[in-house]
Amino acid sequence: MTTFTQSDKLADAPRWLSAVTEKLSPKALLRSGQTLLLPIIGIALFLLFWQLVAPQVNTSLGTFPAPTDVWEQAGQLWQEHSNERDRADRFVTMQEQRNARILQENPDAEVRIRPYPGAPTFIDQIGTSLVTVLSGFLLATLIAVPLGIVVGLNRHFAAAVNPLIQVFKPVSPLAWLPLVTMVVSATYVSDDPMFEKAFLTSMITVTLCSLWPTLINTSVGVAAVNPDLLNVSKVLRLSFWTHTRKVVLPSSVPMIFTGLRVSLGIAWMVLIAAEMLAQNPGLGKFVWDEFQNGSSQSLSRIMVAVVAIGFIGFLLDRIMLLIQKKVAWNE
Amino acid sequence: MSKPHLELTGVDMAFDTPNGPFLALDKVNLKIRKGEFVSLIGHSGCGKSTVLNIVAGLLQATRGGCVLDGHEVNTPGPERAVVFQNHALMPWLTVYENVELAVQQVFRKTMNKKEKRDWIMHNLTLVNMQHAIDKRPGEISGGMAQRVGIARALAMKPSVLLMDEPFGALDALTRAHLQDSLMTIQQELNSTVIMITHDVDEAVLLSDRIVMMTNGPAATVGEELTIDLPRPRNRVALADNPTYVHYRQAVLSFLYEKQTFPGKGDAAEAEPEPTPDVEEPAEPPAAEEAETAPLEPQRRAIA
Repeated sequence: MTTFTQSDKLADAPRWLSAVTEKLSPKALLRSGQTLLLPIIGIALFLLFWQLVAPQVNTSLGTFPAPTDVWEQAGQLWQEHSNERDRADRFVTMQEQRNARILQENPDAEVRIRPYPGAPTFIDQIGTSLVTVLSGFLLATLIAVPLGIVVGLNRHFAAAVNPLIQVFKPVSPLAWLPLVTMVVSATYVSDDPMFEKAFLTSMITVTLCSLWPTLINTSVGVAAVNPDLLNVSKVLRLSFWTHTRKVVLPSSVPMIFTGLRVSLGIAWMVLIAAEMLAQNPGLGKFVWDEFQNGSSQSLSRIMVAVVAIGFIGFLLDRIMLLIQKKVAWNE
Repeated sequence: MSKPHLELTGVDMAFDTPNGPFLALDKVNLKIRKGEFVSLIGHSGCGKSTVLNIVAGLLQATRGGCVLDGHEVNTPGPERAVVFQNHALMPWLTVYENVELAVQQVFRKTMNKKEKRDWIMHNLTLVNMQHAIDKRPGEISGGMAQRVGIARALAMKPSVLLMDEPFGALDALTRAHLQDSLMTIQQELNSTVIMITHDVDEAVLLSDRIVMMTNGPAATVGEELTIDLPRPRNRVALADNPTYVHYRQAVLSFLYEKQTFPGKGDAAEAEPEPTPDVEEPAEPPAAEEAETAPLEPQRRAIA
């Protein structure tokens, strides 16, 4: 059908070619406009609804923040961040000047370089959260992918491990957290710790909750390699290592990446809860501190964090999708 | 000539099913000379692929065994390269890399880098695919992918080339083209080939001998037909060659008169009859003939 109409069109191309350039380009414009327009309308309607309903919700900290309040607080948080940066810069230059002066007077003097002692800003907290979530996710990947390959390759091992996976998979991060906290405090004892304990607790909790989708998808992908390809591998007498590296792993890359995307999504969700309770200086702590602070702006500031969390989660997923498209052979 | 290159003796194959063992093959005997092109033909489910997989080492016979050049076949190996029906190329590797994977593995120690490269290109040129070495299997047609599958198998320098319905998934024109290529290559390399096919014309055109299998369960070799047509063979010239037509006739008669379609109502009665005739008296004379007069264009009559 399509070929027919195409050849039909091609036959009298010159006649309608000019018509097409006139007609098709506005059409194409309209179509691309629609892809942008409809989401914009959706967002606008949502914001309007929010703006109208928010003042009706009364809390002990005032009414629920409307979009305008949230926007204002977002600006406020940015302002605080830039102010803090300026202060930090000034602190560093002053320190350098002072140290230079001391060294001039006495070249053998020991100068101390102290980090800026100011509280972390919202932007700093986003950075901390990102570092924490990526560390936890990376650790989860390092555990889940090799383990998933072993589970997928060995039927007996899979049968042994499967009940454990099924039981631990649905456990909430909040249940893990106290245990992780206690274990980290007991085992990670060092005079000059490389990581904060709160960071380790949050990271490990993220790992524990986010490794399951990757583990399950990897094992399914590994177990589902095309039997013909397995036969090729047998005919070639590939060693176990070569077989895994050259046949099994590439074949399951699409499945592994699907698992990784789900895992990263879960990791980001879990992180906020973990940071709240572990007091890791990230977005979770920001939300918790604002809640405890209980000023009239707190709710708006929390709402800024909610929107930021949503955007960052969306961006992380997009980045994973881009990597998947680069790496996976079926994309 | 006197000593067979590849020999299957009394091969039984039983598969375990929930309803007890299922006997797929019953006392299959087969002798193949070096350089011979043998086709296995029979209805679906008659165990052709099982025979091929036993020779490949992918399946273990329940009883009996397979001997290649005096060594028993127990495991798969590159000296018995397999061409699969659906090319079985790694979709994430390019054409070149697919052949490279095989060459890298088989000639890891015996060839240097340049020799490997030349050998890969030589085999890809043999199947006329040197123009697409950087394409992935998903970017080329099924016929092209099958060529690469053949190149990969040839690149292993196999002593027997096993082909499991290699052209079954292709359209008629592509199939004819690939059959001609295969004939040329086989003649050039004088390789031993066992090919499974459903296609009578393909079997007669390509083979030195056609092995016809009875219907399963408990399938075995029904008749063998030696095709004594001069090579190189030309499909157009052969089309009205009386000898060719006669061979074709013989295979068709076996498939559609002696072994009707499995599952047909009245076939159940007709089917068990040829089997007992076939097994006992067929094999000894067949073996004798192979030694005394292997070139005589006669059917190894059974029924």
